[in-house]
Amino acid sequence: MLTLIKNSKVLFSVFMLLAVFLLGSAQASPVDTYEFSDKVTQKRYQELTKELRCPKCQNQNLADSNSPIAADLRRQVYNLLNEGKSDMEIMSYMVDRYGDFVLYRPKVNNTTYILWFGPAILLLLGVGVIIFILRRKPHAKEKQALSADQQDKLKQILKD
Amino acid sequence: MNKLIRLLPLIVCLALGGVLYQGLFLNPQELPSALVGKKLPAFELSTLRNAGKTVNADDLKGKVKLLNVWATWCPSCRYEHPYLLEIAKSERVAVFGLNYKDERGPANQWLQQLGDPYVFSIFDQQGTLGLDLGVYGAPETFVIDGDGVIRKRFAGVIDARVWQSEFLPLIEQIEAEQQGS
Repeated sequence: MLTLIKNSKVLFSVFMLLAVFLLGSAQASPVDTYEFSDKVTQKRYQELTKELRCPKCQNQNLADSNSPIAADLRRQVYNLLNEGKSDMEIMSYMVDRYGDFVLYRPKVNNTTYILWFGPAILLLLGVGVIIFILRRKPHAKEKQALSADQQDKLKQILKD
Repeated sequence: MNKLIRLLPLIVCLALGGVLYQGLFLNPQELPSALVGKKLPAFELSTLRNAGKTVNADDLKGKVKLLNVWATWCPSCRYEHPYLLEIAKSERVAVFGLNYKDERGPANQWLQQLGDPYVFSIFDQQGTLGLDLGVYGAPETFVIDGDGVIRKRFAGVIDARVWQSEFLPLIEQIEAEQQGS
């Protein structure tokens, strides 16, 4: 009987977890029904809409956003692909209109150096500080361990 | 040296705090436009009032002009509207409208009911000019100088405070530049 209760508890929590996951996926990405002439173009479309940021809803890319402007820009990406534009051309088309901001991965330039390298530098700095502290500590303890009296004694012993 | 190292975490913490504190006052919606310093993109669209009449960038006249992006589906535009009427009445600048992804009937009705601050409104039903301008919502307002160069893009509602702080200084500057030349 006890194991049954235990089992049902486990079952219940599994069920709840599943429910949470399902609810989570309920607010799914928008689905456009664009038809692509070939698989490569479709793949490029997916990559581009992932790399481009929605200007209105700033923490989402075009692929994930439900906002009307994102839908417009997705359509524009689709149209440009059909016109035979390259990925680079499509990216710069968007940057010309919406600025660097529209790129989900910011370009590496003067204004974004901190963004790109800041975390790594901070990490290195942290590691450096830890190493420094760890190395220094034993020495400090030794120094502390000898009081003035002890030092006198030590000198005497050494003299003898 | 020893003391300095002991103070280092505090210094780093304060510096970081300062940077983050500043971040609290930045407006993430306020994006610099990629078009500032460039000419108004070319377009060929009809006016809102007259489907048979097309206009282009050269039809926007005036030493300093505003291009105000608006639509009937945009509640903030309705809120902004009375102040636009006042700006138009002052005749300091020419105000043009960009009726963005809207329908002709309701848009014309709106202007009839609330008053029309615009010299004319460009009817951009597909949002093509909007896209070329990097518009991502409404209302948005562009300041364009006498040479047709975009000098500023402002996303959001214009009211007296915004007009005083964001627009007037720039308008005065453009006026001074163009008197000098």
